[in-house]
Amino acid sequence: MDWSQSLRLIAPEETLSIAGLVLLLIAAWGGDKASRLISILAVAVLVGAMALVAPALCGQAMGPDTSAFFGQFRADAFASYAKILIYLSAAATLVIAPAFFERLGAMRAEFPVLVVFAALGMGIMVSATDLLTLYIGLEMNSLAAYVLAAFLRTDGRSAEAGLKYFVLGALASGILLFGMSLTYGFTGTTSFSGINAAVAGGLSHGALFGVIFMLAGLSFKISAVPFHMWTPDVYEGAPAPVTMFFASAPKVAALGLTMRVLLDAFGDQAQAWQQIVVFLALASIVVGAIGAIGQKNIKRLMAYSSINNVGFMLVGLAAANQQGAAAMLFYLTIYVAMTLGGFVAILMLRDEDGNTVEDIASLAGLSRTRPGLALGLAIIMFSLAGIPPLFGFWGKFLVFQAAVDAGMMPLAAIGFAASVIGAFYYLKVVKVMYFDEPADVVKGESDVWHKAILAVSCLFISPLGYLLTKWLGGLAATAAMALFFAS
Amino acid sequence: MSGFPILSLMLAVPLIGALACLFLEAKAARSVALIATLVDFALGVVLWMNFDVGGAQWQFTERLEIFSGFSWALGIDGIALLLIMLSVFLMPICIGASWNSIEKRVGEYMAAFLLVETLMIGVFAAQDIFLFYMFFEAGLIPMYLIIGIWGGTDRIYASYKFFLYTLLGSVLMLVAMLWMVHTAGTTDIPTLMAYDFDPHAQTWLWLAFFASFAVKMPMWPVHTWLPAAHVQAPTGGSVILAGVLLKMGGYGFIRFSLPMFPEASAYFAPLVWGLSMAAVVITSLIAIVQSDMKKLIAYSSVAHMAIVTIGLFAFNTQGLEGSMLVMLSHGLVAGALFLCVGVIYDRLHTREISRYGGLAINMPRYALFLLLFTMASIGLPGTSGFVGEFLSLGGIYQVSTWAALICTTGIILGAAYMLYLYRRVAFGDQNNADAAAMPDLDLRELLMVVPLGLAVLWMGIYPESFLAPMRADIAALDARLARAKPVGDSAPTIGKVKPAHEESVAHGGSH
Repeated sequence: MDWSQSLRLIAPEETLSIAGLVLLLIAAWGGDKASRLISILAVAVLVGAMALVAPALCGQAMGPDTSAFFGQFRADAFASYAKILIYLSAAATLVIAPAFFERLGAMRAEFPVLVVFAALGMGIMVSATDLLTLYIGLEMNSLAAYVLAAFLRTDGRSAEAGLKYFVLGALASGILLFGMSLTYGFTGTTSFSGINAAVAGGLSHGALFGVIFMLAGLSFKISAVPFHMWTPDVYEGAPAPVTMFFASAPKVAALGLTMRVLLDAFGDQAQAWQQIVVFLALASIVVGAIGAIGQKNIKRLMAYSSINNVGFMLVGLAAANQQGAAAMLFYLTIYVAMTLGGFVAILMLRDEDGNTVEDIASLAGLSRTRPGLALGLAIIMFSLAGIPPLFGFWGKFLVFQAAVDAGMMPLAAIGFAASVIGAFYYLKVVKVMYFDEPADVVKGESDVWHKAILAVSCLFISPLGYLLTKWLGGLAATAAMALFFAS
Repeated sequence: MSGFPILSLMLAVPLIGALACLFLEAKAARSVALIATLVDFALGVVLWMNFDVGGAQWQFTERLEIFSGFSWALGIDGIALLLIMLSVFLMPICIGASWNSIEKRVGEYMAAFLLVETLMIGVFAAQDIFLFYMFFEAGLIPMYLIIGIWGGTDRIYASYKFFLYTLLGSVLMLVAMLWMVHTAGTTDIPTLMAYDFDPHAQTWLWLAFFASFAVKMPMWPVHTWLPAAHVQAPTGGSVILAGVLLKMGGYGFIRFSLPMFPEASAYFAPLVWGLSMAAVVITSLIAIVQSDMKKLIAYSSVAHMAIVTIGLFAFNTQGLEGSMLVMLSHGLVAGALFLCVGVIYDRLHTREISRYGGLAINMPRYALFLLLFTMASIGLPGTSGFVGEFLSLGGIYQVSTWAALICTTGIILGAAYMLYLYRRVAFGDQNNADAAAMPDLDLRELLMVVPLGLAVLWMGIYPESFLAPMRADIAALDARLARAKPVGDSAPTIGKVKPAHEESVAHGGSH
């Protein structure tokens, strides 16, 4: 393992770092006038980074050849799969965001730069095979995210969201660090493969506490119950494009990281953490579903929906095998499409003055005033509820199939039954849009990019998506195999 | 016809129609919907013509491995054929029923209906268990919208109740399906039908499937969504709900529960009998006191569906054939009755029975057809209702005389509530001036009720046309169930008649 090999493996990260710094310089000299140019360049850079990581996935990269910097970093098919989702979400955010901020007069040149750095940090998270790399990636992402949450400086809610996110994120990082230090103390190493070897004979009590604290810290980041409290407040307060970003890319990164830690470092000690994950999964599904019922703000609703969805994805993790990991990755793909589509639709809900409409009651009768938009939102809601033949069903199907095949029938039965509670509030949105008399609040027009992203994500989650199951399923299986090949 | 994907075509025609309707204005949407359903009906006739009675069990099979985890596998046997025929026959009538009464958002309405048709045919034609599940569940979305948008005053409550009730039942079934596929290693329904699951596991699997089918059926006491949904749905929605959607539960029992879990079915048969007996008596009594016509027919549907379940769980050919015929007959008759309610609802905009009366005077043709369907619902010989009910009850008599006795009261109670309804609507004095002024059936309405009436009579007079295609499939199912068949309590023994003189000699000798 020489340096050139390592540097070659981190080419996407290098690209993003250098591009981010260059864009920062342009921002410093160009000022806010250059923000549109910087956004376009940032999207181009993210697409370029996607092209750089794609070969690892298509080439089924796995094993020692993908390991860089003496086991600190791994650029295998798993990382590649997650990174494509992350970069895609970041690029979609950058396409959507300028219109939103420009209308408020708050578009600043730093926005695209922060998104690029956040994407860089998330890429490092999913590639981390060492506790130190993990932490660097996590903090890099988090610091950018705190600023993004508070990006509307004059808006009280946005500032509050940023502060809440910062305080709770810092607490989570602290817990995570404590878990990492315990793990290091009781295993004597920070590398995942080293930890895996050290705990092969069974977990000591100290290492067990390490796992628990790390899991708690990571649960904050993926907003799994009972560490979910910040999510609705931050999602509601943050500017809508930022919420869209938070709901998509960091979820992929944090879940990818959790998978790496649990399945790679502690993969042979699954019985130690499986029941914790089962609890997190069921609690997230139930609390996410019940909490959403009373919500009147659609962004808060989406926050609870994301908690609910994370619960379903954790069902795949609870299976603790390759099938479960592949199912999670597939679910993540569908989830990202639904989230992006859902938030773009929310951003398209504007009143006459162009302000975003967030009140669910204001959507009344949308199907008559804006049939296309209502149809798109209805497709996304039914898909989130997991009603076949929409593609959201397939994600739930795969994770529960993994759970059933792993012999976890009660988990599958309870989880599925709880999904009916979730269906209730998704139906509520459809009901308001289709059954109620028009409130005629939504009047604003949106640009073609919004429509294009909504159309593409709706097409993806429509029944046509099933035609992709073989191809995407194959990719997800490759990625999951790479994850397990490492250990 | 071999090799031509006629089933896929039958799925595609309404789907394309549905997409077209979304973008059309009212008038064009109506025409497109009618043409699409008529084309599908024609395709259905072609399907029936080409169905080889006594040939292979599964015909018109198609299989495309285009998905991971499941495949696009279609194929029908006689049972599925008849239910598909019922669906494609009722659809144009539903569109006709909604021709004038639906005025707002016509394109969306027609699209939802055509989508329902695609999904119903898919349910009956699917040969892959997950494909079946998708069609089975997907029907919720258009039905939710149909009830919620075009329904009556309490439509929102009804639509939620319909959706959540049926969804909860179905997700448990999905867990069972996942386990079955994991254990048997295939998603192919014909293979699974021949797979012998462990009898202990069967118990759980049966219960999970039961949770879904019992709600869809609907069986007492999980039937409460049905009256709510029926009353609030528009006429076309009621027709399709009663006519075809309720048959999915029965089809599920006949395709999954019975052949896949014979031991568990036998174990739980007394439960099904008990629920069916309760349903027949209770819902019939409830039907008698209804003042809302649609509610009355909805409760009568629950009672009729109980005759279906009692026949299915009789574990003999008679009972199974009877159940199938009751399902087909109920599809026609309940559909026709809802249509008849719709006809007068369109004129007076009320379903209150007391607002009508003496319609036989000003609407003689209407009264004639209503009488025919009323009699068919009661099960008068010569109508479709008689054949199925007689066979079902004859079937259950062989295993449980008590169940047969109590379920037969359903026919008497059925006569009570249906004749009572007919008397109040068609006979008596014309107390309500507005009801007395209603015009008789017009050409559009005649075009809808006449085919239904003819079908009802055909099935009543010559049921062999409908029994022939499914005879072999029922026999196969009967053979599959033979090993678990419960012992009957009727035990008819052939007595020896003693010669008369011997008896008299003995009689005399004793003295």
